[in-house]
Amino acid sequence: MPRFCHDFLQRLGTVPGLIMLGLVLFWTIGLIVLPQLSMLDFSFRANLPPSEVGGPNDVHTLENYKYLLYGPEGGSQRYNSVDLKVFFRTIVAAACVTLFDLVLCYPIAYYLGQTQGKHIRVLALLLIIPYWINEILRAFALRIIFGETGVLNGILVGTGLSDAPFDFIRNNYALYAGLGYAYILLMIFPIYNVIESLDRNQIEAARDLGAPWWRIHARVVIPYARIGISSGCTMVFMLTAGALAAPQILGGPSSLWFTQLIYQHFNDSSNWPQGAAYAVVLLLSCIVMVLAFMRLFKVSMGDVNK
Amino acid sequence: MNAWVGVELENLSIRFGDFVAVRDANVNIRGGDFFSFLGPSGCGKTTILRAVSGFLAPSSGNILIGGKNMKGVGPNKRPTALIFQNLALFPLMKVWENITFSMEIRGARAAERRKRADELLEMVALTGQGDKLPAELSGGQKQRVAIARALCAEPHVLLLDEPLSALDLKLRQHMRTELREIQKQVGITFIYITHDQGEALTMSDSIAVMRAGVIDQIGNGRAIYNDPATPFAASFVGENNVFRGKVVQIIGHEALIRTNRSGEIRARISTANLGKLQQGDSAMVFIRPEALDMAGADLEGDHYVSARVTNEEFEGDVFNIFMEGDGGKEIKVSLPNRGQSFESHKGRTVTLRYDVKNAVAMPAGILATE
Ligand SMILES: Nc1ncnc2c1ncn2[C@@H]1O[C@H](COP(=O)(O)OP(=O)(O)O)[C@@H](O)[C@H]1O
Ligand SMILES: [Mg+2]
Repeated sequence: MPRFCHDFLQRLGTVPGLIMLGLVLFWTIGLIVLPQLSMLDFSFRANLPPSEVGGPNDVHTLENYKYLLYGPEGGSQRYNSVDLKVFFRTIVAAACVTLFDLVLCYPIAYYLGQTQGKHIRVLALLLIIPYWINEILRAFALRIIFGETGVLNGILVGTGLSDAPFDFIRNNYALYAGLGYAYILLMIFPIYNVIESLDRNQIEAARDLGAPWWRIHARVVIPYARIGISSGCTMVFMLTAGALAAPQILGGPSSLWFTQLIYQHFNDSSNWPQGAAYAVVLLLSCIVMVLAFMRLFKVSMGDVNK
Repeated sequence: MNAWVGVELENLSIRFGDFVAVRDANVNIRGGDFFSFLGPSGCGKTTILRAVSGFLAPSSGNILIGGKNMKGVGPNKRPTALIFQNLALFPLMKVWENITFSMEIRGARAAERRKRADELLEMVALTGQGDKLPAELSGGQKQRVAIARALCAEPHVLLLDEPLSALDLKLRQHMRTELREIQKQVGITFIYITHDQGEALTMSDSIAVMRAGVIDQIGNGRAIYNDPATPFAASFVGENNVFRGKVVQIIGHEALIRTNRSGEIRARISTANLGKLQQGDSAMVFIRPEALDMAGADLEGDHYVSARVTNEEFEGDVFNIFMEGDGGKEIKVSLPNRGQSFESHKGRTVTLRYDVKNAVAMPAGILATE
């Protein structure tokens, strides 16, 4: 038995330990690994009516992946430019949202982590409270703010800054605002956690040695916080790229998010194998992005959950 | 070599809310001196150092460095470098990058920095350790890196906040000598903070003794040790026996004091307190353990005290004899071990002789609590 298993059982007692272990295994294998494997299997099958399942036509095929690249057979275009465009737009937009969140959250996390006093707890609480509200309700709240007759347009038109209401939704401003806002806490808290443990004296030592503030951040704080930064970015990127509620509610009519395509295949056209293939592509692309990012920041897998 | 740059504190007070951490400090630190602030933990030493380095603004009063008022000058613009109590080395930078951080800020090229790092590493006896990370060094080595990093910034004034407190005794004593050597070599002003009187006495040109935000006495080591200005300074710096009593008579620069337990003691009034003692005043007399000696026969007079021996111990270089003293405190006598035979006096009352110039009288006041 591996050492940590032994320690674990010793600490919890054999029976509760085994129950815990069983639950964890059920969680990882039963609820995560097996469904994903079945999705993977789905993605290599043809979309057959129930009567033909298990019959001679039920063979593995690359058709669903080809569809993403080339579109329907005999289609007018050489590539499936519509879906590919949505795919790349989703990845790039998610990366931009992640970067935007990082730029926004780093100063907040730094302030929270390096300032002493009771008001810090109040500020943290104020950050958390909006997240007690359901994600969908929050998206609708943003829709109310950004809508044609919404609060923001009311102010813009009312103060005469603009003579006609601006369509934030069609232009996707509402979407990016919503996506940026949705996972902000997942960016703030990992960074806050690391920065809180940074010795104030190191910042002062750098200042004493003549460093201006931006230099202190570049050479002392950010290198120290890079584990928090990379786990924050990883989570925000993954969740943004995989978001569905915000694009559904806040997205403009002409712009789709890749998850919406997946949703359509599963739900509207009942083509599960096709949806599964798209989902697998999204998942693998996200994993590749994240690994590349971690490589860039020289963070190893073990550091991420620190 | 730099022109020597001194530091002056003028009526410096620092408050945190209602709490006064430093009260009305007036200190003139000569350029090129090794100056120490000596006081118990929590007396405001770090606070003074942080004010000099610019991390804390004085609540009132001025700080002058090289004659220039430092009001409004940030820590990165002052000619000071601070060595933090916990060193605050940058854990993710190699030793040589740590040392030359100030040069990196000024935009020096890597080759030039590396060269300077190697020079400084040699100076602090760490040749060849430049490529390690701070975590790979021992406590004493980290200490040296912190010194080298501060010196690399070419400060006119080096500020050291209890830099040896984390080291073990042997290393601490070794580093004392080394620090003093480095100070002579670089020839800049050192302001050193410590609660260890041994460090202050061995290294400093001048010492300020602090108590609860107030500077009690400034002087060189001998003046502080031999001629303390306050009961606090007398009892905090080195070991001291205290005798409490009332002044019976003032005779020129000396006072005759009737003590509560040990008869009448004749003592020299400390320089800072000349003219401050009157007949009938409560007074304290301090006589150091090494200034007391066993008297041969029973003698009477004001150069002698007698007390009952409660305990004796042999410490190697000295015999320590403990006697019943005043107010629960025992009287300690240290007799140097010169190979003489030593006879136990336990339980007997003995008479001790002292030289009047080694007994220091002053108005009664607060003692240092150990
Ligand atoms: N930022 C601060 N806020 C409030 N009180 C402080 C602060 N810094 C120091 N003090 C108080 O000032 C006193 C002196 O502290 P310090 O200068 O660190 O003492 P020392 O270095 O002599 O041990 C202490 O009682 C400490 O609690
Ligand atoms: Mg201190």
